[in-house]
Amino acid sequence: MKLFAKHNNVLPGFGPTMGYTLLYLSLVVLIPLSALVFKTAGLSWSGFLEAVAAPRVLASYRITFGAALAAAGINAVFGVLVAWVLVRYPFPGKRLVDALVDLPFALPTAVAGITLATVYSANGWVGRYLEPRGIKVAFTPLGIIIAMTFIGLPFVVRTVQPVIEELDAEIEEAAACLGASRWQTFCRVLFPLLTPSVLTGFALAFARGVGEYGSIIFIAGNMPMVSEITPLIIITKLEQYDYQGATAVATVMLLASFVLLLVINLLQKWSRRYAE
Amino acid sequence: MKSASFRKLTASAVLALGLFAAGLASAETTLLNVSYDPTRELYTDFNGAFAKYWQKKTGEKVTIKQSHGGSGKQARAVIDGLEADVVTLALAYDIDAIAEKGLIKPGWQKELPHNSSPYTSTIVFLVRKGNPKKIKDWGDLVKPGVSVITPNPKTSGGARWNYLAAWAYALHQKGGNESKAREFVTSLFKNVPVLDSGARGSTNTFVQRGLGDVLLAWENEAFLAINELGPDKFEVVTPSESILAEPPVTVIDKVADKRGTRKVAEEYLKYLYTDEGQKIAAKHYYRPINKKIPTKLAKLKLYTIDQSFGGWQKAQKTHFSDGGIFDQITGAAAKK
Amino acid sequence: MSAPITKHAARQHGSRRISEPAAVRWLLTAIALAFLALFLALPLAAVFSQAFEKGWETYLAALKEPDTLAAVKLTLLTAAVAVPLNLVFGVAASWAIAKFSFTGKNLLITLIDLPFSVSPVISGLIYVLIFGRQGWLGPWLEAHDIKIVFAVPGIILATVFVTFPFIARELIPLMESQGKDEEEAAMVLGASGLQTFFRVTLPNIKWGIIYGVILCNARAMGEFGAVSVVSGHIRGMTNTVPLQVEILYNEYNYTAAFAVASLLAFLALVTLVVKTIAEWQVQRQLQD
Repeated sequence: MKLFAKHNNVLPGFGPTMGYTLLYLSLVVLIPLSALVFKTAGLSWSGFLEAVAAPRVLASYRITFGAALAAAGINAVFGVLVAWVLVRYPFPGKRLVDALVDLPFALPTAVAGITLATVYSANGWVGRYLEPRGIKVAFTPLGIIIAMTFIGLPFVVRTVQPVIEELDAEIEEAAACLGASRWQTFCRVLFPLLTPSVLTGFALAFARGVGEYGSIIFIAGNMPMVSEITPLIIITKLEQYDYQGATAVATVMLLASFVLLLVINLLQKWSRRYAE
Repeated sequence: MKSASFRKLTASAVLALGLFAAGLASAETTLLNVSYDPTRELYTDFNGAFAKYWQKKTGEKVTIKQSHGGSGKQARAVIDGLEADVVTLALAYDIDAIAEKGLIKPGWQKELPHNSSPYTSTIVFLVRKGNPKKIKDWGDLVKPGVSVITPNPKTSGGARWNYLAAWAYALHQKGGNESKAREFVTSLFKNVPVLDSGARGSTNTFVQRGLGDVLLAWENEAFLAINELGPDKFEVVTPSESILAEPPVTVIDKVADKRGTRKVAEEYLKYLYTDEGQKIAAKHYYRPINKKIPTKLAKLKLYTIDQSFGGWQKAQKTHFSDGGIFDQITGAAAKK
Repeated sequence: MSAPITKHAARQHGSRRISEPAAVRWLLTAIALAFLALFLALPLAAVFSQAFEKGWETYLAALKEPDTLAAVKLTLLTAAVAVPLNLVFGVAASWAIAKFSFTGKNLLITLIDLPFSVSPVISGLIYVLIFGRQGWLGPWLEAHDIKIVFAVPGIILATVFVTFPFIARELIPLMESQGKDEEEAAMVLGASGLQTFFRVTLPNIKWGIIYGVILCNARAMGEFGAVSVVSGHIRGMTNTVPLQVEILYNEYNYTAAFAVASLLAFLALVTLVVKTIAEWQVQRQLQD
């Protein structure tokens, strides 16, 4: 990236497009989000701490971030596998499967939540086989992980897939010539090349999971301290007309998302440099 | 994509907006009734009856729009600007919150008879057909192995009634006191596997997901669930005593005056107190306050919230605010 | 969101790679497919199976219900406003970001991404804080009798917010990868700025635009959390399709709920098909 390079750019339109971009960004995103911060600012410091660090709220961070971490982890493993299979192995219906990966992008979250609850509850298609074996999915923290895995899957697949496509065959051949087994090649040669993109996908899936609400409340069980996610805490606070408490927790989440995104963008920068 | 199609797209968007605005402008007198979840069917029925009555009486046409959701969420929407002419919510506490913001005149609860509650209800049990766990009364809910479904009192008005009904029961038992009641409610919530955010969510969990042995529900919800989902699957158990739930109604003064709908809004609520209105309430398994209207609902001992808890403000503060008793007992329950 | 399509385009150089033993290939394929079946195919199948549980007639009747039709109309209107707004923004932003160098580019991109990771609950709440009766503009709006939240404009605003990054994030990497040589050549040859954009840039990014529009549209029509906060839930007036699904579900009308949900699932499928075509077109274009 040539950030500071001076360019004699012959292309016009930087002024108007940049101006419009900043204007629209401010109107739609920045000003509304600043309302959140201002509302929170009405709280005293101790009031703020009380709102964002109460035991129930702390438990909800643990659950939300923990489940998002677990879901992003599952997605990192299976996402890489799916991407690998989609790029490298031919099988019938591949195009269809490839397209299906984007389903969670397009399916409304409420529908996803109701449907996942239908499939994974004790009398559901999958749940009825798990329940007798003592595995409860719906209405437990496991349900939260399932929902987050669902919505986060495309992120890993779609960030890793293009990188696998661009892997240079010669590297693998060279490794094979030098006597490395396939598994060794993957662990020592390919995996390091994939790492930046896997991390990016992981972080994206994680960020998305942390904020998710619609699909989770249908399947989570919502028990305080056990399966209550942070967005639900915000709703609960609103329900008690505690706007400042709600915006305080929301501000914490907003900061977390911002930091996460910044990390993602840095990761992408790093991965781009790595790839070059 | 060519520029022409861009222009077409914008043009059609503008056109759509215009059409929409035109559609709104030509509407006749409308009232917006912002209500809580379980009253959908009641008000669909009642609105039709009132519109007929109003046209006969005045020759004017009136359309009543409905909005339903959790009681607290609905009150908040009204506070934040949802233009409700009347609200019909689950508890006085939520309407008090609207009044606090100056949208309703103080003393609203005295405007209409019977604490502005044209119908009452209570909390009963819905169990699976044949009552396999033999659940007869509140005491059975805390037995080991009984799984109880109720929504979250922090997000659902109905759930607050559930909680308070259990508390009131324990309080009024022989030798009952506050600490016994707390113990009882604590062990009750240990038997709760899921806390949905609203009453309807809980019913769905119980009915659709097959979770739990007993659902704590509004009486009218329990009967409605049986009607909708088949009497062959569930039955209602009425406990020996419960709480008297008074879902109040009121005109939002500020909105009604601004929109010039005060007269029809007031008539609308008064119509709830007429024989016709009371019959509709009874038909939807609410308890009519007019004793002459027949009801099939079982008689039981009912405690009021003022008697047992010193009113809603106090009950809310002690039990449901952050760090209140509900937080304490669920925090404790989770640690076990 | 990285842009799959730019890189997809570079797919397959045709060289045969060394590969794993057939058994391993089969095993990995089987695991991957089983995972996708469990997480994606099964839920999708569940939607349609529940929707058609009581047959075609019930299905159609559920869709013809007036409140549902009103919800469909509102959802279409919302998307028809939100998507073009974000399209114009996406094109402008990607032009400024991809064709020019400036300080703070990374920060700008992060800010554009922000709505994407903000919890939908918060996205709705911020508009209530601004336009609600208690909000910054509340008193002014009330004095002028303008309704934003709990009315159609609020729903559109929340939708614009939630779908804000989609098109921009699709176009930025695409335009970055294409560089600006072609545009510069056109300018040198005497084309005006607008001519250059419409004749040179637009044809290059049109499939990226279509892909972005499709994703943006799908998300706009499907948004639940944010819209739920600002909707007011007035039947037949401010309920969008996802909210209508929830209402029907809450009325024990499961078949109808899933029938309406199947509309959205169907939309998701159409989205995927068009997306696949878009990708295929880009690939072909690049090969030419």
